[in-house]
Parts: sequence; C-alpha cells; structure tokens
Amino acid sequence: MSGLMHEMGAKALKLGIPLSVQLDLTYRCNERCVHCYLDHDDHGEMTTAEIRDLLDQLAAAGVFFLILSGGEIFLRKDLFDIVEYARKLMFSVKLKTNAVMIRKARAKRIAALGVESVQISLYSHRAEVHDAITKLPGSFRRTIEGARLLRSHGVRVSFANVLMKHNVDDYPEVQALAAELGVEYNVDATITPMMDGDRSILGLNIASAELEQIFHNSTLVGNAEEFCAPPSGPLAQADALDSLPCSAGHTACYVSPYGDVFPCVQFPLPSGNVRKTRFLDIWRHSPQLQEVRAITLADLQGCSSCAHGGSCSRCPGLAYMEGDMRGPSTQDCEKSFARTGVPSANLLRKQSEKTRPEPDAAAASPQPLPGNRPVVWMAVQS
Amino acid sequence: MNANRYIARAANVAARMIGGEMMIMSGADSSLYSLNETASILWQAADGVTPLAQIVEQHICAEYAVDPATALRDAAELSEELARQGILLLSEVPLPDPGTRPKAAP
Repeated sequence: MSGLMHEMGAKALKLGIPLSVQLDLTYRCNERCVHCYLDHDDHGEMTTAEIRDLLDQLAAAGVFFLILSGGEIFLRKDLFDIVEYARKLMFSVKLKTNAVMIRKARAKRIAALGVESVQISLYSHRAEVHDAITKLPGSFRRTIEGARLLRSHGVRVSFANVLMKHNVDDYPEVQALAAELGVEYNVDATITPMMDGDRSILGLNIASAELEQIFHNSTLVGNAEEFCAPPSGPLAQADALDSLPCSAGHTACYVSPYGDVFPCVQFPLPSGNVRKTRFLDIWRHSPQLQEVRAITLADLQGCSSCAHGGSCSRCPGLAYMEGDMRGPSTQDCEKSFARTGVPSANLLRKQSEKTRPEPDAAAASPQPLPGNRPVVWMAVQS
Repeated sequence: MNANRYIARAANVAARMIGGEMMIMSGADSSLYSLNETASILWQAADGVTPLAQIVEQHICAEYAVDPATALRDAAELSEELARQGILLLSEVPLPDPGTRPKAAP
C-alpha cells in the first residue's frame, strides 16, 4: 500500500468516512458454484432509481472505492447504466464477475467507462474442474474468453482463485495462466459459511497441510519467511486498546441487493436498510455498527492474550458467524497455525477441552504443539 | 501562455474530497494523488468550457489576495503538471462534455 493510500485510510478512519463499499447488485447467478455462500433467488432487488439514489448518498458520504458484485452482475440489464452513473460520480469502480457474459462490446464499454479493475472468479486451468465447480458447462471457455477480451481492451483484470478440495492442486497452473494472459492472480483459501449461517459448505475447505504449503509459497504470499515468521506475542495492553480488528464497519461496509447494510460481505450483522433510512444515518448511528466500532483487540475473548495478537488476521465476520463477534475465528486461528506453526490460544483451549475434562493453564501460555498438526486442526475445524 | 486555455477533468480518474483534501486516482496506473487547496479549486472548476483565466479570476483571485497575473501563471503551470499526470485535459479550444466526463466530486 502506498504511503498516500495509507494516509487516506487513516484520515477516513479518524473522520468516520466509509472509504470503501461493496454493493451487491443481485444474488441471481448463471453459475451454481458448489462453495457459494448465497441463495440465488430475487427477493426484491433495488431498482435502477434506488441504486442511483444510493450512489448519490455514497458519494456524499465520501465513498471512494465502490465494488459492484453479486451474484452475477451482468444479469442486471441496467448494469451499464449503474456503472456509468457511478463513474460520473467519480467512484473508483471495481467489478466482480465470472465474465461468462462478457463479449467484445461489453469489454469495450467497460474500458471506455474507466473501470478500475475487473475481478474474475477462476477455479482451475482445467475446463472440467472449473465447470464442475460452477456447474455451468462451458463456463471455463467463456470466462477465459471474457478475460482475454477485457485485457485486449486494456482493462486491468485479476483472477480470484478460491481453493477447495476440488481444485487445491491446480493453483500453480492457474497462476501460470494468469501470467500468460497478463492478469493479476489472487489466491483465496477460505470457504466461508453461507449468509444464512449454514456451515455445511465448510467441509469443502482444504486440509491444513495444504494450507501450510500455500502459506509458505513466496509466489503467493510475497516474502514467505516474513509472512510465516513466529508471532511476536500478545500486544501490550495500550496497543491492544488502540488496535482495530479490521476495516469492517470502520471505513468499509456492504450493501445487499435489497438495501440491507452490513459491516462487511463476510459479516452478516444487519445494521439497517437504505430503503428505510438514509445511508449516512445508518453509517453514523446504527447501534450495530457502533457496537462493531467499539470493539478493540483488548475486548476479544480468548484473543487479547494470544501469541498471535499482533499479527492475527482474525476476521470479525467469521467470528460473528461462529457465534460471537468478540470471540476468536477458528478458521483464522487455523490459518495462523498453518502460517507459523504456533497454535492460537483458542486452538489450545479447544484441544484442551477435547483431551481433558477441565481446562488447564496451557491455554494462557501458547506453545508450539508437537506431533501431527493437520489431524489435530482438521478435527477442530469440524 | 495562452490566457484562453481550457481545462477539463480527465474521464478515467476517480476522485473524492476526503476531509477537505481532494484525492484523485489515475485510471492509467492507479496512482493516487492528493491535491492542495488551489489545485482542488482548479480541478472542481475544470468543466472544459470555462477559460482558465476566468476560473482563476472567479475562484482564486476572489478567494485569495493574489496578483491576477501571478495567479494565472501559477494556475497554468499547475494545470500542465496535472495534465502530465493524466488527471486533467488541456486545450486551446473549449472541450465540451461528450457525456462521459465525471461530475465535480462531492
């Protein structure tokens, strides 16, 4: 992140400005991905006029980065009206799509509108694997064609490569394909629960040993040695009080196709609806968002004394879906463990509960675990 | 220097006033810029059809105690710099909005 970008984020945080908003335009989709966290019915999407009004409100609130996602955004017939309006309001617009419906004219229009970037979901370099995940025959061929067309019109494109049991071995080839197409590559090794709380799809998550391998791959994480360095220990109390869990609800939020506002797309805490209340009133005065903002690392049960305190990538939304937004996110604890080999206080506590009738003092002083880590932590995950 | 120079906001940028500071992201390479107060005034007024001299007279000389000739020279240099960064268009003739040009940022 550039220094100026960091400064802008810090200023937005200080002033309470929602710098970044993800707006899902629809949950409808032409694919039926096995790991998707959404239902695909239309429960009453916002109209074009409602979205234009919302965009006016977002611009007035100071939103700089606007992510338009779904569902599949190209199923909205008014997509280009919305993008054009957003660009006139000078948002930095990023689109998330499967690119199946992008042909030459659409690629040309996206380029002409000055869209910042297009993120495309790609699961494999093998058509049969990709299509088996999306459940849309021919989707691989059409997605790649869409990416090529966007690149040929000078649009910045990135592949989002979500890893799961079906495709975990394919990422090196997807990475190579991205390089061949001049496309950025991002790997995402987290399958999240469905928005209705159903956790059954978590069974698709890759094994800990595979996660560990990914976290130690410098082509994926940058400096692997630094990324996987042992944690420096719990934060000092003063630092913990000042430390924020993440930007959700602080400088970022999510709006659903029905106008519901949440701290983040992965944090389904209903905080208001823009069909009933002006966005800025929700942003400033929603009790739910205020509660999210009030949480510091020092408040997090089981986290404030954890060895990973200073470097944890805990997602408050995943913690919320696990049952307590002030608690740990076991999925992130597992990631920290795969990254560093040092179990979190939460994992130690869970292991202790499994093996002993009463908790012991080890939970308060995390130490590396000997033995077969993958087996231990996959058991925790279930 | 041509006093009838025209300036227009480039179409492929993102911009927003954040805490009184105009932040602009170039569409060409995603570089982020922060404009000072005077540059922000020029950017906001850059509608493509108002001559730079008139913008300076109405928006800068009216606000600041500054010699008009000096203000115009400084504004012209600043406009050239912003044009080099790809976030402003310069022209010797008016640049009517083709319909794709962004509004002034809130």
